[in-house]
Order: sequence, then C-alpha cells, then structure tokens
Amino acid sequence: MRKMLAAVSRVLSGASQKSRHGFAMLPSLVSISRLKQSSHLGLPKCWDYSHSLKTRQASRVLVASRNFANDATFEIKKCDLHRLEEGPPVTTVLTREDGLKYYRMMQTVRRMELKADQLYKQKIIRGFCHLCDGQEACCVGLEAGINPTDHLITAYRAHGFTFTRGLSVREILAELTGRKGGCAKGKGGSMHMYAKNFYGGNGIVGAQVPLGAGIALACKYNGKDEVCLTLYGDGAANQGQIFEAYNMAALWKLPCIFICENNRYGMGTSVERAAASTDYYKRGDFIPGLRVDGMDILCVREATRFAAAYCRSGKGPILMELQTYRYHGHSMSDPGVSYRTREEIQEVRSKSDPIMLLKDRMVNSNLASVEELKEIDVEVRKEIEDAAQFATADPEPPLEELGYHIYSSDPPFEVRGANQWIKFKSVS
Amino acid sequence: MAAVSGLVRRPLREVTVRDAINQGMDEELERDEKVFLLGEEVAQYDGAYKVSRGLWKKYGDKRIIDTPISEMGFAGIAVGAAMAGLRPICEFMTFNFSMQAIDQVINSAAKTYYMSGGLQSVPIVFRGPNGASAGVAAQHSQCFAAWYGHCPGLKVVSPWNSEDAKGLIKSAIRDNNPVVVLENELMYGVPFEFPPEAQSKDFLIPIGKAKIERQGTHITVVSHSRPVGHCLEAAAVLSKEGVECEVINMRTIRPMDMETIEASVMKTNHLVTVEGGWPQFGVGAEICARIMEGPAFNFLDAPAVRVTGADVPMPYAKILEDNSIPQVKDIIFAIKKTLNI
Repeated sequence: MRKMLAAVSRVLSGASQKSRHGFAMLPSLVSISRLKQSSHLGLPKCWDYSHSLKTRQASRVLVASRNFANDATFEIKKCDLHRLEEGPPVTTVLTREDGLKYYRMMQTVRRMELKADQLYKQKIIRGFCHLCDGQEACCVGLEAGINPTDHLITAYRAHGFTFTRGLSVREILAELTGRKGGCAKGKGGSMHMYAKNFYGGNGIVGAQVPLGAGIALACKYNGKDEVCLTLYGDGAANQGQIFEAYNMAALWKLPCIFICENNRYGMGTSVERAAASTDYYKRGDFIPGLRVDGMDILCVREATRFAAAYCRSGKGPILMELQTYRYHGHSMSDPGVSYRTREEIQEVRSKSDPIMLLKDRMVNSNLASVEELKEIDVEVRKEIEDAAQFATADPEPPLEELGYHIYSSDPPFEVRGANQWIKFKSVS
Repeated sequence: MAAVSGLVRRPLREVTVRDAINQGMDEELERDEKVFLLGEEVAQYDGAYKVSRGLWKKYGDKRIIDTPISEMGFAGIAVGAAMAGLRPICEFMTFNFSMQAIDQVINSAAKTYYMSGGLQSVPIVFRGPNGASAGVAAQHSQCFAAWYGHCPGLKVVSPWNSEDAKGLIKSAIRDNNPVVVLENELMYGVPFEFPPEAQSKDFLIPIGKAKIERQGTHITVVSHSRPVGHCLEAAAVLSKEGVECEVINMRTIRPMDMETIEASVMKTNHLVTVEGGWPQFGVGAEICARIMEGPAFNFLDAPAVRVTGADVPMPYAKILEDNSIPQVKDIIFAIKKTLNI
C-alpha cells in the first residue's frame, strides 16, 4: 500500500517537489490537540478556528480516507543578499496543519479586503481605504515567522496586519464602517487600528519607521529577546527619517527588522521614477539586507525566521525587501490603471497569486485536497459575510463620547464643541 | 551672633532653574526604571545648557542617551519607545529644532490615544529651551507656546521659576500623556528660593493650574515663563504709584486654567496678557477670546490688552532685539493705558 501511494505521489508531484508519506491520523484529532495548545499559549484569535471545527469534522471524515501527507518539503527562491555571507534556507518543510492555517488566513485577508471594496462602493465605508489584496503572503508570512510577543508596526495599508496580529474581521470591518464595535470604537478608521503588540496603522508616510525603531529600543531596554518588525513601502523608502532610523538602529544595535513592502508603485509613481536606487534591500547601506519573493508565503516565512534570529542574537538591525504586488489601486479613489497596464495586473494574478501558489503546492504534494480548500473558502466567505452584517448594522459611536480619549488616566473634563455653548465631556 | 540668630530668618535654600530641572529629572530617573533621557549632547557633554549635568555619570548609557543630529528620527524613536511602555524624556536642544520633528509630536504622540479609542497611550515628555535667548537671531528665537498649545491631546507647560521647573517636570514625567515642557534658556542660571516642600522627592505641581504670584486689586496681569518676572518688576514699580497688580503665572498653557484668570478679572475688572511669542494667534489672543465667552467679560471696565513679542523675525543687533521682546516699560505702559492713568 505504501509503495503504491509513493508511486502515485511521484506521478502527482512535479520534479521540484518531494513529499513524505505517512498514514495521517484522523486530521481532526491532531487539530484538537494543537488547538488546545494554541489557546493555552494565548495565540491571536485568527489562529483559533475551533468554532468551525465541528463543521469540518463532518467533512473530514469523508476526506480522511484520502490519507494526506503530514508535511512536504518545498524548494523556495534564494534571496538576494547584501552584506550577508549566508541567507535563509532554500528549502522548507510545510506541515499540513500550517498549510491549512496559512491558506485560511490568506483567504480571509483576501475576502475581507474585497468586502471592504464592496462596502466602500456602497458608500458604507468613507474616506481613505487602502487595500492589500495581492499582498497576503506578506502579512501572513511575516506573522508565521515571529512570535505573538514580538512587535509590528506598519503604515496605512494595514487591514491585513491588523488581522494577522489578532483582531477579528468583525472588529476591523466595523472600524472601517465607523461603528462603536470597531476596534478603535469608530474613532480611528482604516488607518488607525491597534492591537496588542501592533502599533497601527499610521497615516503619515514614513513616520512609522522611527516609531518602530523606538519600539525596538524598548525591546532591547527590557531585555526580553523580542524584535520589532517595522514596515514601509517602496514610496516611503525615500523618506529622510527612515535613514535617520537606520543610523540610530545600527548605532545602538536595536532589534529592528526594517521591512520594505515593495509593490512597485508609490501611489501612481513607479519605483523607477521615484528612486535613484531601486535595490531597496541595499538602501540600509551598513545594515545587512535580503530581497525576498513576497508572493511566496514560504519564502517570506523563512526569511522572517532568519531575520528574527539575526536580531535576537544581538547583532543589530536587518533589512528585508519583500517583492510583492497590489491588485487594487493605491486606494479606493485610484482605479490603478493609469500608471500600469491591465495586462500587468492580470499577469501577476495568473502567475504569482500568493493564495494560488500555496494552493497548488498543497494539492500537488497531497497536503490537502481541492475540495477541502474549497470548503475553507466557503467558511471564510460566511465569516466575512457575518462580519459585514455586523459592521453595517452596528450603531455609530454615541455623540456624547465625541470628547472621550483625549488624555489617558485623567479625571473627566470638558471639551469645547463647534461653539462655546456646545460642550462634550471627556473621559479617559 | 548667637543671641541675634533667633531674630534673623535663615534664608531659604536658593536653587537655579537649571538645577531644579536637573533635580526633578534625577529624582524621577531614580524612582522609575522606565524613565530615560535622550537628545543631543545630553549624556557625555552634560547637556548643551548643562541641564542634565551628572546624570550620565550616575545612570549610564542605557538611561541617558546621546543621539545624532536627527530630530525627526529620535523624536519618533522616543514616541515609539513610549508606545511600547517606556517613559522617555526627549530633549530638543531648543524648540526651534522641534519643528523638524513636529509631525512626530503631533501626529504620532498627541493624537494617538484618541485615534485608538483609548487603547494606546503615549507617556512621553518633550522638553527644552523655548523662545528668545540673547543674540541668537531669528532661527533660534521662536516661541512655540501657541503652536503646541493649539493641539488637543497634548499638555503644554511653561515654568517660570525653580519651583515651577522642578514641580512641573516631575508632573510631566509622571503623566501618562505627551507633555511639552517649554523651558527658557535665559532663566536657567537664575536662582530662586526653594520652599521646603519643593525639596521633597514627591513635590509635584499639578498640570493645568495657574498660580497667583502677587495679589492685587486694580488689574490682572497674566503671563508665562520669563515675562512673569518682568510683570512682577512692573508691579513693584506701579505699587509705588499706588497701583496694585495681581500677577498670575499661568504655569500651564494647555489645559489653560481659565477659572483662576476669570476669578481675578472679576475682582480687578482689567486684564493685560504678557507673552514673549508673536501676537497673531498667540496665547494672549486665546485668553482674550475666552474672556469674552465667559462670565468675566461683563466685569471688564476696559478692553483686554496684549503685550507680546514684536511681529518680526528676531533681529540680531542688540537695540533691535531688546525692542522685539516685551520689556518692563512696555508692560507698565500697557497697564497704565488699560487703567487710563
């Protein structure tokens, strides 16, 4: 039986993949014990999919007889290196469990962003809305490479990170629609979402980078072996304050991983038109760097593990450039086709889509079946639909609370409204 | 002498404003491990104006950090450290240089608690000398009280004497909000009597409360920082002419203590504001607007009057510089005009 399965697997998998077979235990049993572990460790909500366990258990029985592989080894692209002798490994092992988890997470981010697009066009979301569909391998891959006790800060294209750092789709969509159930109680909106060890969501391009270096300084100060992932885009990469942050981080050996999410366009300006050097991974000069395939979640995960280990060893900061792509325009007010061709967008979608890449790998090495993944898609759609319902139905924050949260830890005081007779109470 | 000693009052200890700030920071550094100081020349140079003298020697590299000349960068680093739970004191060599970093002060520090719906606080202190010095010309002489005082989410304090300096810096460090402490370089070397309570390690001056430095009945004179001293000088001169000025030291720019000012104006019926900054959209302008909106307006017997810096970039030549900041004679003139004497 084993020899037959092995032969079948060789036929199914391409030359570049190797797979190891074992008789998989009833997958649900494996999952339960891991889930118990995960909730004990206090992992972010997105890692805990026990609510859908029962639904999956039923269909698992059907597919259990398929005998999936426990894990598979994949080759990943070698990273370009700057001031580094060695880089991350070029092969990695993906377990079935992790694969399903990453797939679900990426699909959730994808569908959440598409739902936000829909809600924006219905004018239920207002103002700025910067979507990250296409870049799912970045937020999910980075999270896979670090611990929940590490820190992360990014700019305004932040919904994906808000999710991977532990907030629910409900809280995120409700913040986008400006309701009291939003993660910032409707006070912040798209660009100002915060969670434990996640410092937003920052609207001023580049300002988040010195902030991230400061969080790294706190990590070093506290001596807890934590690192801070400090993200910025290819557009922000030309901001002066980033170079100031590079200098101080290197000088003081701060455990800061600078990450340039290069999606080729800073709003409507392509990288060639904005930067004298588009080798963003080298722009840290004296800071070692690596250029990573940001569409391959396994590549991102390995590079992140490598970078985090480097920082934790006390060697100082490191820089990662993730080469990625956004399907949407810069924001919802940008159709995204005046500075790039539809053909280019289509080409990336068909050849490099991060979710498709993971799906193909998993199916081809028998880590999962097409049906199983479709099932996850259905569950994700439902989750997003429920969240959107909530985000549309939840009331706006009460007007009486307009003045709340000016100061922290202070007794209540009065805040002036539009004229001297309108006063709002301010409570911390 | 022993027989006389019972009759002679021993003078209270005199401490310069510089030493008062130094003491305040030293005590807070000792009290809380999370407090640290960063800025240009704060460590090995003992501070550009020697305000942090001795602190690096006592606390070392971890707690007293010399930064490169990168205001935007190190202000951002300080704000990030505060977000992650530390309690930084970020020194700007002068507040003129804070303009390079003002985005971090306002957008990253001041607004964050509100934008996050109360999730993310930023317990940071920004301090340094503010306003005119002597002969340092236009780019080094601007007063930022109005600029920072404009923004919700910030607290802004402006100490005048040593007691103010120590009490306010300690309160600022213990405050869980971003606090801007506007010191004054010309005041650093000035000694003041230190009352016994100010010598305690828990001496705090509440942020948001003004102090009546001198009681009076004929006119209310409101000021902050170095000009408070000039107001007291003017009051001394006028006292000889039978005019008693009530001099209020604001101590805090934001949140402004309007109650104290209003209560005083309702008593004296006259108001003069005095500040070093430019007149347009300044601290005095705000006080006048609020007086009009409140109960004190009906008690005014004359329009409120402002004494400010001249509406020019600070010139260098001494005669021009002297006439670009409020002098005692300008304050006396304004008071007499208001009182119609």
